[in-house]
Amino acid sequence: MDPEIYDMGDIDIAWCPGCGNFSILSSLKLALAELEIPPENLVVVSGIGQAAKIPHYFKTHFFNGLHGRALPPATAIKVVNPELTVIAESGDGDMYGEGGNHFLHAIRRNPDITNIVHNNMVYGLTKGQASPTSQLGFRTPVQVRGVFLEPFNPLTLAIALGATFVARAFAGDVERTKDILKMAISHKGYALVDILQPCVSFNKVNTFKWFKDNTYYLENSYNPEDRNEALQISLQQDRLPLGVIFKLMKKKTFEENSGLYDKDKTPLVLRTADRKNVLAKLIRSKS
Amino acid sequence: MKKDDVAIVLCGEAGQGIQTVEHILVRLLRQTGFHVFATKEYMSRIRGGSNSTEIRLSSERIAAPVDRIDILCPFHQAALFHLRDRISKGTTVIGDRTNICLDCPEEVTDFIDVPFAEIAEAVGGKIFINIVAAGVILGILDIDMGMVSDFISRFFAKKDKEIVRKNVEAAKRGYQRGKKLLDSGKARFALKNPMARNEILLNGAEAVGLGALSGGCDFLSSYPMSPSTGVMVFLSQHMEDFGVIVEQAEDEISAINMALGASYAGARAMVTTSGGGFALMTEGVSLSGMIETPVVIHLAQRPGPATGLPTRTEQADLELALYAGHGEFPRAIFAPGSLEDAFILTRKAFYLADKYQIPVFVLTDQYLMDTFYNVPPFNLEDIHVEKQIVRTDKNYKRYVITEDGVSPRGIPGFGDGLVGVDSDEHDEESHITEDLHLRTQMVDKRLRKMNLLNSEIVPPGFIGNEDYEILLIGWGSTYHAIKEAVRRLDRNDLAFLHFKQVHPLHPQTINFIEKAKRTIIIENNATSQFGKMIKLHTAGVIEGCLLKYNGLPFSVEEIVKSLKKKLS
Repeated sequence: MDPEIYDMGDIDIAWCPGCGNFSILSSLKLALAELEIPPENLVVVSGIGQAAKIPHYFKTHFFNGLHGRALPPATAIKVVNPELTVIAESGDGDMYGEGGNHFLHAIRRNPDITNIVHNNMVYGLTKGQASPTSQLGFRTPVQVRGVFLEPFNPLTLAIALGATFVARAFAGDVERTKDILKMAISHKGYALVDILQPCVSFNKVNTFKWFKDNTYYLENSYNPEDRNEALQISLQQDRLPLGVIFKLMKKKTFEENSGLYDKDKTPLVLRTADRKNVLAKLIRSKS
Repeated sequence: MKKDDVAIVLCGEAGQGIQTVEHILVRLLRQTGFHVFATKEYMSRIRGGSNSTEIRLSSERIAAPVDRIDILCPFHQAALFHLRDRISKGTTVIGDRTNICLDCPEEVTDFIDVPFAEIAEAVGGKIFINIVAAGVILGILDIDMGMVSDFISRFFAKKDKEIVRKNVEAAKRGYQRGKKLLDSGKARFALKNPMARNEILLNGAEAVGLGALSGGCDFLSSYPMSPSTGVMVFLSQHMEDFGVIVEQAEDEISAINMALGASYAGARAMVTTSGGGFALMTEGVSLSGMIETPVVIHLAQRPGPATGLPTRTEQADLELALYAGHGEFPRAIFAPGSLEDAFILTRKAFYLADKYQIPVFVLTDQYLMDTFYNVPPFNLEDIHVEKQIVRTDKNYKRYVITEDGVSPRGIPGFGDGLVGVDSDEHDEESHITEDLHLRTQMVDKRLRKMNLLNSEIVPPGFIGNEDYEILLIGWGSTYHAIKEAVRRLDRNDLAFLHFKQVHPLHPQTINFIEKAKRTIIIENNATSQFGKMIKLHTAGVIEGCLLKYNGLPFSVEEIVKSLKKKLS
């Protein structure tokens, strides 16, 4: 499929020139096009922040909800209509901070959705405060003594909670990010893609060059199905590994566990069963 | 003692099996055809404390709690002190002297000693005490023993045969004791022939749940919180038969955001919660208003602030429901007064939410949730659910500006168009906008839906003489208590106006108030929240109020007593 199918034409984009969000959007469009997922079958659910504006900039169904709350609606959309491809996408502050509890429990629930997190280690839209992933010592107008909270490690956490697909990408590499996104979207079950991304306006430490110098791709020989090794790799701080860090097949999804589709594959929202008889029976049982 | 209306109260510690006795008595008495009413008050603990259940039965329809106790069955000493305000000369206490010592409160004048423990031990252990007690009560009430053994056998059918036999035996021995008391003239009740056959028996949680199922509900996400959890449990029990998803969310914030996601995708979604949980949901109420995505919020009230009294009742979250959520957008609030209301209004909540793409509240409370009585089977003739969803075409715009404010609602995956919703102010295609002219148009569009909403407000129910001078106003679950009090007061200058939709307020409200010489409002809260709403939205003057906020519902007697004082 031609990725132009997602293009919106001449629109006003609120991202800063040079922002990593542009390349993430390019990778995503390419991945979707190669997977032949038309806009009519795709729902992008986002929260609030610069990253969360992404569904406004390409053709898709979208639910741009509240700050930190992309995962609960995404989970619900998928379970009431499993025929849709559902992506929950926002920034690090949104997913790991405000939405932290939903992040933990979405992983446990294992809906068949893809969770894309634009991780630039800073709050952009509120103008430069620390995010959960900001590194120790990172100084901001609010964190004047430098960040002293232990940085949030989404990868280790996700693997520990039983996530079935955990990957890290770098926004500066459109091609390989596209490949990782394709695997994540194709994966059956919850898939996390944490995408490292420079913030040109508010993060002068973790720049494009810094990410280039401090990341590396996992080698082809790496076995992402070994959970213990994946945990070790995810804990690496000196140089950040990129690629699929962990994946696990054969885990039932939330939709499958709901029991709703055991006998009837019709999406819940398209069913037209008349409840009158079963309701009459239930009411009679109360006599 | 009123002969055709018996009030039985069971009281003991949590964990002593009172709920089992209540369950058996209420259903068995129901099957005999009596009108049955049962309500309970309990402490927020799993063991110990003092919990009580009141069971009323009569050959006439009853649906309100009374203070009077005709038969009191205490399972521990503290019960008599817990209930001493309600014990009178007419109260027959049936207890076991081995655990209810002679040190009774002075209010107890009629104590019948029945050795529950001894009888239970003879059958097989103290565990049968509660069944012995149930048997005694059924004997006193002269219920057919065949029915009793049948019922007990069926009730314990899933258990081991020996356990079933022992329970039947315990009931039988208790029954013989009760029968002896009846024959000796120590206990006298003359219930008329039971009349209410073919009716159903259920509680408020089940009535709300049935209303939701009849309204097409196919998605519920919630976090357990007393007293709202019953609705979640009910829907879970029937999820497979009806094709409903019930998900226990990680918190209430997730619950309402899930419900909105499901609703956006085309489900009929609901949340059930109570005060503190609802406080967390308020961002979602606002989101529903902005993205014009329907959601039904069942809010079962309990006393606050904060954790308050978790297992008690109050009507103090009306203002919370009315004002929850930042920004301005339409909403509707129902407040069922009866089980029938709970069924009909919950169904209607789904209809209104879907039609106007707004949040709609069903405001109940612990009292209504935990109260059982019999009602005629619900009418299912008009339950066809018409989903207000359109098939989209290529040019579909989710928020097209229309004359009545309602934009046709499409869902993803149904048609050729794209469906976006956005919590930011948005244009017709749902994209973020800071066009401030458009902002005004969008606010106006959303608020225009009020006009339609106002055209289908459920009118208040009126009871009494058209030429009244004194008007009582109530709302929500106080309906039956006030109604029975009005009947007992038997004054032809008195009328009762009951609101089951409290927002928007019915336009006739002011006419009812202006016609009265004196209007008195009755509410289960401390600041007369509904009274304030009436004053705010009408020019009506409310002269008096009867407020209760100790965590218990109004009894018929206390309304009668207070009104007599006010009206003398």
